[in-house]
Amino acid sequence: MEWSESISIAALGSHLLVGLSRAMILFIVTSGLSFVLGVLRVPNVAHGSLYMIGAFAAFSIVNALGGGAPGFWAALVFAPLIVAGVSLVAERALFCHLYEREHLMLLLFTFALMLILGDLVKMVWGADYRSIMAPEFLRGSLPVFGSPFPKYNLFLLIVGPVVAVGLWLFSTRTRIGKIARAAAVDREMVGAVGINVSWVFAFAFVLGCFLAGLGGALVAPTVSVTLGMDHDIIIEAFLIVTIGGLGNMWGAMVGSLIFGITQSFGVLFWPQFAIVFPYAAVVIVLTLRPKGLLKSVW
Amino acid sequence: MRQAITNKNPFLVTAGILVFLACLPLVLPKFYVYILSLIFVTALLAMSLNLVVGHGGMYQFHHGVFYGIGAYTLALVLTKTSLPAWIGFAAAPVCSAIAGLLIGLFCVRLTKLYFGMLQISLGSLIWAIAFRWYALTGGDDGIHGIPIPGWIASISNSYYFILFLLTICLSVMYLILHSPFGSTLRAVRDNPERCEAVGINVRFHQLVAISIATFFAGLAGSLFVVVEGSVFPDLLFWVLSLEVFIMCLLGGWFTFAGPILGAAIIVALRTFVGVYTEYWTLILGIILILLIFFLPEGVMGFVEAKIKDRRETATRR
Repeated sequence: MEWSESISIAALGSHLLVGLSRAMILFIVTSGLSFVLGVLRVPNVAHGSLYMIGAFAAFSIVNALGGGAPGFWAALVFAPLIVAGVSLVAERALFCHLYEREHLMLLLFTFALMLILGDLVKMVWGADYRSIMAPEFLRGSLPVFGSPFPKYNLFLLIVGPVVAVGLWLFSTRTRIGKIARAAAVDREMVGAVGINVSWVFAFAFVLGCFLAGLGGALVAPTVSVTLGMDHDIIIEAFLIVTIGGLGNMWGAMVGSLIFGITQSFGVLFWPQFAIVFPYAAVVIVLTLRPKGLLKSVW
Repeated sequence: MRQAITNKNPFLVTAGILVFLACLPLVLPKFYVYILSLIFVTALLAMSLNLVVGHGGMYQFHHGVFYGIGAYTLALVLTKTSLPAWIGFAAAPVCSAIAGLLIGLFCVRLTKLYFGMLQISLGSLIWAIAFRWYALTGGDDGIHGIPIPGWIASISNSYYFILFLLTICLSVMYLILHSPFGSTLRAVRDNPERCEAVGINVRFHQLVAISIATFFAGLAGSLFVVVEGSVFPDLLFWVLSLEVFIMCLLGGWFTFAGPILGAAIIVALRTFVGVYTEYWTLILGIILILLIFFLPEGVMGFVEAKIKDRRETATRR
């Protein structure tokens, strides 16, 4: 037990910000997972692999364009699109034939997809550690609470809420978003009023995977991009979705905040067992609110 | 003729298989005996999972944790204490069963996916502790070079030891599943509401099933230590749990022996495909997808359905 001595307000504040920016990445990835879970009712185990592909694709794009700001912006746009393309192919070629099957079979399919995508990434990019630099204007740090805080994390703190609002507007204000929400609640009725449910599912799946790719592209400058990223993120994403309420976008936000902040405060208070804290938080939440904090769409 | 084969006393068939397996170390090279031992251990793990998944209908997503707890218990008894080895072998399944009961107490309040998710988070908690508690568990390195008692240290001796225990465990599981308790468990799986209505205590039955399954998983974990001589946190990681889940589905989760077949297929694939290519998980993934599309009942389920068909056409004639 090595409790850190004299935890100052400044340290608390900067860890809070680190936790918040981590939560934004988690939210972007998790909201995609939650969207797929809500509409298709499938826990997509391959979501983490798509996140990893997003990060690797961002690495390739940034390197191809010379590592400057244009490369970074191009990566943020095209890496998620590449991921969306991959998921569209997987969905239309294989997944769409399975919707009538048993739930566990769908889970099994996404697991198989995770195995395949993981090895494809190994084939294309190899097993080395990769890293990319954030563009010039996002490098370095700004003083916040008297201690330096990386600019890139502040950037994430802006992107996260923008994605959240965008997703909210999309699902409440656009026609296709409304259809997707309706399909989440009662898919038979949606089919009965003459909407092609299969394509709604495809769209939801691809959008969810797009968000995974976006998360991957955004996280790439802050971590070393490597195989095994998929395993680390997917379990966190699942737990966040569960404590937030399955399929609920704001639940994903709340869950991400809990997860990110307990993680960074864990680092502050008890570094050796920092990874235990978020899991403990999940256990506490699920013990008190077995169905998650916010209303599930199931 | 074909009917005569399939209708033979299953007891005789089992005895025949056992005699065959017992003779194998005499002719096979050591490496294959080692692989067979590993298959037996994994088969026991998969069978124990199938008790709760196939027969209990619970989404036991993090079964690997109990396997890991068994392995770590034996490893710790052998390395950190001077107690005789048999205490370790007894403690491993008991500790697993206690952990299973405790985690189960939280989980049975929920159903299906929520059950699985809560179990994953509780299991990950245990994984995270083992991963970081360097003083006790060796952290991410694990514990290596565990002193296995001399009488099971050689590969063929450990093979016989594992085969012996596997036989006993499978017999016990068979008896449990064919007892009134087993039938009640399947009734709970198929319709929990109705069971509740006729006065069956659903959660109690689920908890007992979880405890039994985790008991056997812990035993499998201790046997893993006998085979490998080391433990590491990956035994507690959720990827292993999903792999075991796949074994059940692959072999056929509504059959008795399906998980054994699934375990054998996956361990053999990893060993032999892994020799030729580093992309063995790609091949596993492709096989899984083919399986989902063409054999949704699992390999064993498919075989059993075929045998049933044959029998029916035979009797009709």
